[in-house]
Amino acid sequence: MRVSLTAALSVALLSTPALAQDWQATLDAARGQTVYWNAWGGDERTNAFIAWVGQQTSARHGVSVQQVKLTDTAEAVTRVISEKAAGQADGGSVDMIWINGPNFLAMKDKGLLHGPFVATLPNAQYLDLSPASPNSVDFTVPVDGMESPWRLAKFVFNYDSARIDVPPATMAAFIDWAAANPGRFTHPDPSNFMGATFLKQALIELTPEVAVLQQPVTDANYEAATAPLWAWYEALKPNLWRAGKAFPENQSVQQQLMNDGEIDIAMSFDPASTAGDIAQGLLPDTARVFVPEGGTIGNVSFVAIPFNAANRDGAMVVANFLLAPETQAHMQNIEVLGSFSVLDPAKLDGDAQAAFSGLPTAPALPTLEALGPTLLEPHASWMTRLTAEWAQRYTR
Amino acid sequence: MTMTRDGRALRAVVMVVLAIGLIGPIMAGLAQTGRAAFGIMPVLGAVEASLTPWRDLLTEPGLWTAVRLTLWTGLVSTALSLMLAVGFCAVTHARMTTTSAARWLAPFLAVPHAALAIGLAFVLTPSGWIARLLAPVIGLDRPPDLPIVNDPWGIALILGLMVKEVPFLLLVMLSALTQIPVRQHLAAGRALGYGRGLVWVKVIAPQVWPLIRLPVMVVLAYALSTVDMGVILGPSNPPVLAVMLTRLFSNPDTTRILVASAGALLQGGLVAGAFAALWFADRLMRNIGLWWLRRGGRGSSAEPLLRLASAAVIALFVLGALAMAALLIWSFAWRWPWPEALPQSWSLKAWASPTAGWLRALGNTVLLASATTALSLVLAIVWLEGEDRAQRGRAGWAEALIYLPLLVPQIGFLYGLNILFLRLGINGGYTAVIWAQSLFVFPYVMIALSDPWRALDPRLTRAAASLGAGPWRRLLAIKLPVLLMPILTAAAIGIAVSVAQYLPTLFMGAGRVATLTTEAVTLSSGSDRRVTGVYASLQAGLPLAAYVAAFAIPAVLHRNRAALKGSSA
Amino acid sequence: MSLDLVDLAVRLPPGAPLFPPLTLSVAAGQVTTVMGPSGVGKSTLLDAIAGLLAPTFALSGHINLNGVDIRPLPAEARRIGLMFQDPVLFPHLSVGDNLAFGLTPKIKGRAARRDAVAVALASAGLSGLQDRDPASLSGGQRSRAALMRTLLADPAALLLDEPFSKLDVALRDEMRRFTFLHVRERAIPALLVTHDPEDAAATSGPVVRLPAPQPPR
Repeated sequence: MRVSLTAALSVALLSTPALAQDWQATLDAARGQTVYWNAWGGDERTNAFIAWVGQQTSARHGVSVQQVKLTDTAEAVTRVISEKAAGQADGGSVDMIWINGPNFLAMKDKGLLHGPFVATLPNAQYLDLSPASPNSVDFTVPVDGMESPWRLAKFVFNYDSARIDVPPATMAAFIDWAAANPGRFTHPDPSNFMGATFLKQALIELTPEVAVLQQPVTDANYEAATAPLWAWYEALKPNLWRAGKAFPENQSVQQQLMNDGEIDIAMSFDPASTAGDIAQGLLPDTARVFVPEGGTIGNVSFVAIPFNAANRDGAMVVANFLLAPETQAHMQNIEVLGSFSVLDPAKLDGDAQAAFSGLPTAPALPTLEALGPTLLEPHASWMTRLTAEWAQRYTR
Repeated sequence: MTMTRDGRALRAVVMVVLAIGLIGPIMAGLAQTGRAAFGIMPVLGAVEASLTPWRDLLTEPGLWTAVRLTLWTGLVSTALSLMLAVGFCAVTHARMTTTSAARWLAPFLAVPHAALAIGLAFVLTPSGWIARLLAPVIGLDRPPDLPIVNDPWGIALILGLMVKEVPFLLLVMLSALTQIPVRQHLAAGRALGYGRGLVWVKVIAPQVWPLIRLPVMVVLAYALSTVDMGVILGPSNPPVLAVMLTRLFSNPDTTRILVASAGALLQGGLVAGAFAALWFADRLMRNIGLWWLRRGGRGSSAEPLLRLASAAVIALFVLGALAMAALLIWSFAWRWPWPEALPQSWSLKAWASPTAGWLRALGNTVLLASATTALSLVLAIVWLEGEDRAQRGRAGWAEALIYLPLLVPQIGFLYGLNILFLRLGINGGYTAVIWAQSLFVFPYVMIALSDPWRALDPRLTRAAASLGAGPWRRLLAIKLPVLLMPILTAAAIGIAVSVAQYLPTLFMGAGRVATLTTEAVTLSSGSDRRVTGVYASLQAGLPLAAYVAAFAIPAVLHRNRAALKGSSA
Repeated sequence: MSLDLVDLAVRLPPGAPLFPPLTLSVAAGQVTTVMGPSGVGKSTLLDAIAGLLAPTFALSGHINLNGVDIRPLPAEARRIGLMFQDPVLFPHLSVGDNLAFGLTPKIKGRAARRDAVAVALASAGLSGLQDRDPASLSGGQRSRAALMRTLLADPAALLLDEPFSKLDVALRDEMRRFTFLHVRERAIPALLVTHDPEDAAATSGPVVRLPAPQPPR
């Protein structure tokens, strides 16, 4: 009841003339700006999509987009921190960041973000912004309108169906599978977010009481919650690739190992990436997606605007454009990016819904149903603690 | 004397430019890092000096292994590179002029470390090129699960460093040898009954050593602090210290920057310690060497070792060539899965793809390389000419300052330098990037130019002076034209260094100034070897074109000038 | 025209003078020979006169050219020509351009300068070698080209630093005659430094002997 009330309220608010005027003012101010969008640059399809966004906003609103390609989102965070350290309160070099989770928490905590701004975006009307929605909570941290969603991320495994008949059905089953296929599975280094997510995925399935993970970690609850995870990992590790002594730097390198035939199972935070990579010639045609029975961790990718962004209005125009139904439908197209939309289907009109249902499909592209339930990200402190303990145990 | 005053003025100008432009920024950067290492970084809310960052650093898992690996890979790769280069020089020197050698070495000098590492990883890895060629022979269905790349002993990293450093050392050694009458020494030594190898070790190496000591230190510092090669080829858990620090710097928990800063000082300490070890080794060798020399042992016992060294160098060259070929092939491949020895399908998409955007990156790279090289070349010429006019030899301390940027690990001062540039309000633009890159380009240009410059026959300028030519005419009409070849070689080296700069470009350009290298590194954080192949080919191609120009231009201009061929580089 | 050295001494502080204070006078068209064993500082003496002495040396006494003390002048303003043991032709310039480099700026105009070079080449028996690479000349040709280059600069005095020592015996005589002839023709003072008594004899001028140095170099 409260949920729909908030939603109705926000739609009503947005349709008031006062807000419409404000948005017009933003559009006017944004015209002619170039938005420096700091985004991880390791995926050519995402880079191409960002370039497409720039062409569109440039044609429609006179706002061009320049992608600043990052190897790690923390680079942009560090950049804003150094600007603040140098006392640069406006005219900053970062206009918009593709962000979520710990990096968002760090920037929000340190007062490095502009906002709240999400409610002022006209296209926010298509979002489910209820307090429990994945759009409102990022790694259990309330978003508070400081970052705007743009694509869905859901943890999935992929495997080469030419080499494997039946992939493991649960995280627990990975032990037996690895024992039968030693050296054919690995995960990225946990200092990388994909490696950390793999540990969290296992933790959620193995921990005795899942609800604890939504609270900040304490010395009291940590031991009991993680003991089964470490027991599981100890059993798995000897049969990992390179006997668990070396790990790929990130999921792209891991993907490459699968393409090279060194491993049979890899992982991704994008259910469509397998189909996309097959189309790009980066994976064998026989690659397929699978998820463990209990479902997998999901989260939302956001964009945020630093407090000192030089082209703040332009950044808001781009954030708004990302939420337009036709943008989201274009993005979900497997031939473009294949990322699932963040919009609430219930809030879309008939035309927009048709645009989504008419999208092409591919053999390696899972249906939403096949992806199973979405598990909530644990509180960010769990990830810090997990990766620290992993390093403590295995980095000698 | 007017000459001296003129020279002093010139030298003063260069000193001021260097103090403000080069030493100042580095010191400021180090100071920022130093403050952070002791807990002071107001923007993070850290305002009180404490030893906590150090305590945290010391309890960082795997720190000591990382330190050990860093020292092991750095020292071993440098020592082996040096020994192999000496051995190779001894065998081939008689048959090779510096110019023809430089022609051979150019591709290896031109290819950036990161690109070479990616190519090398593909050649060596268990699913890589060598394994694919062997697979049908020994009946491999799946790649063997062997730690060949990212091995815990750092052997792949040592190998990768050597492929890059041996050619560099060979180049500086060959150019140093032009200053020593090697042939006469060899003849004299052999007439006294010493084998070729022994003459090299006992007579020639001690003379070459002072001339190449600095480049060796540069190699050592690089090997101890490489990030890109460390990530691609080095051990993974724990990695070498520089990689560990990079991960700390990019940790979402921003307070880790303090720990990383402490680590950056430790990294600096390692480099300083390695230099100290080098100094002691130098001393020790001198004493042992003299004792050995006086014992007068002779014979040809070193001969098989020399042959072994040259064989090893040739093996390294083959590996490097394979790595470069692999990248070039990848850039034209579409699918190239295990166990195919050549791509299954070919495509120009990686080259043609508009989003690859390499054209813009290429434009930026050319612009930055030309600007930094021109600036560095002018500074270097003014410095050396000032030295001539003051009629003073090299000022050792001043020279040490020039090389500071190459000897202090980048990670130790770039973050602080960034804050300084932000305060000056020049961050994010070309000025800042040109400035920051020049910190690294200028020293290499100096290394390349100063020896040939100082080796220039002094009678040429004296003859010119006695014919009534003033200092400017002597510079423009005699020195610069006679030194055309080394000047162009220095420019080519400058261009190669500029093209390869990653961290300075990224930090000072706020990521906005995209070059071939920044794009290649971000893209290789993705897995597409084909796109990486395109960028790496361009990255290597640009400096290579510069090297070719450096050989071709003098060859055309001086086609009828026998005395300028073959010796002066 | 004359070159006069008065109490000229060179020392490398804090050491003693390389040779006792030297006083001599060379008249126009005359060749005076300074002889002495190697290491006595003969070349240093010439460097001091030509203005090419390294600043680490301390110089005392006077150097007068036509009565004017030239010590404060830089090398390029002294109008003193210097011939080395080797011809030291500029390797990047053609033979003609080498000569043109030395040719005094008093001769103006492209045609006039080209003619002056051609005349000089002809008088040295080098006609037609204008565009040649200096490295392709024979030893004797190179020496003659170097002398012509020095003379084209219109020097007021000439210093010769064992210029014949590296030539073979047959050439040496020819080159001596050629050089001294030009000195007389131009009527300039010339100072020859050598350890070859035949050189001294050929000058038919005065000979000054520098004693062996007290402290070994």
